[in-house]
Amino acid sequence: MKSIKAPNVSGVGSPGRRSVFSMCGMCATRCPIQVEVEDGRVTWIQGNSHDKAMGASLCAKGAAGLSLEYDDDQRPQYPLIRTGPRGAGQWRRAGWDEALDYVADKLKSVIDKYGGKGVVLSDRGGAFSDLTKSFVKALGSPNYFTHDCTCGSNAHHATKSLFGVGRTGMSYDFKNSKHIVLYGRNIIESLQVKEAKDFIQALQNGAKCTYIDPRATLTAGKAARYWQIRPNTEYALNLSIINVLLKENLYDRDFVTRWSIGLDELSSFVMDKTPEWQETYTGIPAREVRSFVNEIANDAPKAIFHAGWMTARHLQSFYGSRTAHAINALLGAIEVPGGSIFAKGAKDVGKKGLNNLTDRIPAVKDPRVDGCGWKHTHFDPGPGILHLLFPAIETGDPYKVGAYIAYRHDPLSSLPDPEATMKLLDRLELLVSIDVNYSEAAWRSDVILPESTYLERANILTEKTGPKPSFLMRDQAVSPRFDSRPAWWIFRELARRLGVGEFFDFENVEEIWNYQLEGTGVTVAQLREKGQISLADKPVLWDREKGLKFKTPSGKIEFTSSVLKKAGLDDFVEFAPPKNMEGDEFRLLFGRSAVHNHAHTMNNPLLNELLDYNPIWIHPSRAEKLGIADGSLIEVSRQGYAVKGLAKVTPWIHRDAVFMLHGFGRTVPLQKRAYNKGTADQRLQKGMLTVYDPAGGGHALCECTVHVHPA
Amino acid sequence: MSKYYLLQDSERCIGCLACEVHCKTNKGLGVGPALCKNTWVGPVDVKGLPRVRFVFMPCFHCEEPWCFKVCPSGAIKKRASDGIVYIEPALCIGCKSCITACPWGSCQWDPVTQKAVKCDYCKDRVDAGLKPACVTKCLTQCLEFGEAVKLPDYRRDRFAKLVAEHAFSTETTSP
Repeated sequence: MKSIKAPNVSGVGSPGRRSVFSMCGMCATRCPIQVEVEDGRVTWIQGNSHDKAMGASLCAKGAAGLSLEYDDDQRPQYPLIRTGPRGAGQWRRAGWDEALDYVADKLKSVIDKYGGKGVVLSDRGGAFSDLTKSFVKALGSPNYFTHDCTCGSNAHHATKSLFGVGRTGMSYDFKNSKHIVLYGRNIIESLQVKEAKDFIQALQNGAKCTYIDPRATLTAGKAARYWQIRPNTEYALNLSIINVLLKENLYDRDFVTRWSIGLDELSSFVMDKTPEWQETYTGIPAREVRSFVNEIANDAPKAIFHAGWMTARHLQSFYGSRTAHAINALLGAIEVPGGSIFAKGAKDVGKKGLNNLTDRIPAVKDPRVDGCGWKHTHFDPGPGILHLLFPAIETGDPYKVGAYIAYRHDPLSSLPDPEATMKLLDRLELLVSIDVNYSEAAWRSDVILPESTYLERANILTEKTGPKPSFLMRDQAVSPRFDSRPAWWIFRELARRLGVGEFFDFENVEEIWNYQLEGTGVTVAQLREKGQISLADKPVLWDREKGLKFKTPSGKIEFTSSVLKKAGLDDFVEFAPPKNMEGDEFRLLFGRSAVHNHAHTMNNPLLNELLDYNPIWIHPSRAEKLGIADGSLIEVSRQGYAVKGLAKVTPWIHRDAVFMLHGFGRTVPLQKRAYNKGTADQRLQKGMLTVYDPAGGGHALCECTVHVHPA
Repeated sequence: MSKYYLLQDSERCIGCLACEVHCKTNKGLGVGPALCKNTWVGPVDVKGLPRVRFVFMPCFHCEEPWCFKVCPSGAIKKRASDGIVYIEPALCIGCKSCITACPWGSCQWDPVTQKAVKCDYCKDRVDAGLKPACVTKCLTQCLEFGEAVKLPDYRRDRFAKLVAEHAFSTETTSP
């Protein structure tokens, strides 16, 4: 097959100065950015100030995009085909034609054997997933997955169970809030620029933050109230908050009567869940809870109980999130400034949305391999539940799969127990990684297809929902530095080789954009001018008397849910107390810093310089008994796996837990800066691959306990 | 002292360290030299709450710069117009005297050019009517740059608010 070069967008590489409005790609937030280019080289990146909430602001990761582009040669520079055993690090350089033919041939043989459904793809969801969903759909496979089982699944399904929309269907109006309640939602370190800016501005305007987390993060440092809660017990706290709200008649009776079903059931369920009851489990004094509830009732409806972002925490995380949103509902803090506001799409504001690529492709008839939507009726079949793929690989039930494509997702960094995961992936005939960096999975793949960096590629257009929905563009700023390609081109080329090219009959990205924009009244030129087009002049709020659109079966907030009932789940379950940790046993907690994106940026030269190690936090009262001093070397182990790291002895971690930042302990030797530095929490999570919250589908990673000793 | 001041509001600062990377990428510096440093101290226990102070340290552009005094080759300059202290790379001989002399560690070593480097408040940007890179792109706008006499006095504003709130609450509760 003749080699086709990836067409750049017009004007890239031309001499002179230009400003390109685009979207950052250093993390999945994808902030709007302005890129200054001089003679085909990026000289400056800042926030896109056409977006007022963004301004010129940009985080450290966003700034380090320049370092990724020009300083980081320790990333795949051309297609690689494995020559030795998986994971042995033996590769040969391949041209694009050869690599694509290789992948397509293997995919063909998998499809011949198992049908299209034998192909699985995972990415990290979000803005551009219409492309990957289309590719999978075009092959006749229902098996598109996101990373959400290690992220938002539990909050997603909890939000759906109450309001009928998923986790991102509800947005939080921090800026106008009087009281922001966060359960480990570490806003200023697990960072989204606009959200962090709004949060800080809200505090400047006099808002209070109540921060609840076994670890005192920097966000705790900004809070007016900090509760060092026992790990995995926030559900008990929430039940007692509901108890006080209802018993002391502090809730918004009009709103709840108008818009909810099941208040009586909820009321009788929490009858005995008093603040005194929760104190035993959470360690939070009952009187403090009572005074907090009275305070928050005063601040309502300008109050936010954040239902969580990354909630793959414990076996009752779903109910933790569900009760947080139930409190929002009881406070009447729904669809009001300063509370939780429905995210609106184009259609909600009377505009035509982008045309989807998936709409051009016939529906897939086969059921999902993970059972979502049929066996597990309450799990959203859109993102699926990735860990449920692995039992299917093991047993061949409901059917066999043969190929796995990981696109800018690293299943071996994000899923617990990479050793167990890899053993199962090894059963597959084909494992492909498409990524900008060497992910842990890429290193163990059969083929690595290097995607161009976000500065070197354009993506399909995307619609951002929110109180003010908009269309956004990631435009190409410069030509690729290495022999890499944009995702739309890679998937188109594979589709063409697999006989489904008619669904991707676009010669360049502009043709895709034009298709997406057809009938919307918005042009490519308009989008290029500012990088985004807002579809509403001001935030759109529905009428709270008549206009709220809960997409639940009843059209109301469902404290009692027929969806849960059908799945054999309770509306609210009895709280299951975690056991207290004693001796050398600790619960393993993890989190993020502001300078790294999950496990993607540890090898970025400038970010690695800022943070290249993750010490292990341990409480002084426990450390002393074990003879562990601050800064000393300790061993952390679980089920035969042991790792050594430096102890950080600090009272700002709950005595039951040890904590480490996620993403460290990289094992790809070519990532020389990050290689073997620090500790990987996911490797310690032995046996946790199939441990999950049965109601939310998300992992229960913080159920993992470890043993700690001086090394 | 230069007529400028770079003000940091620790209450707004979130310790994201974006300033350090904005500085480096604007100056084309790699791993090693850091012309500004945002150091956080804490968390410490303040009435049961974890509290963190952030201390941003660019060059202070002293009135009588120690680096300027010890530079044997005349590479360190102080602009007469506004007092910005900067290094003229062509004149730097890489002796590191300035690094030794500066009590605050503002002068840094660039292993690529084998010369000293320091914060110049992004004078090219200042001359173009812009602000230094760290200030321009500061995530929470906790950094402010301008003439020292014109910068906002948020500490007094905050104190005044506290006093007023106390006074109001006393008035409303008195019989």
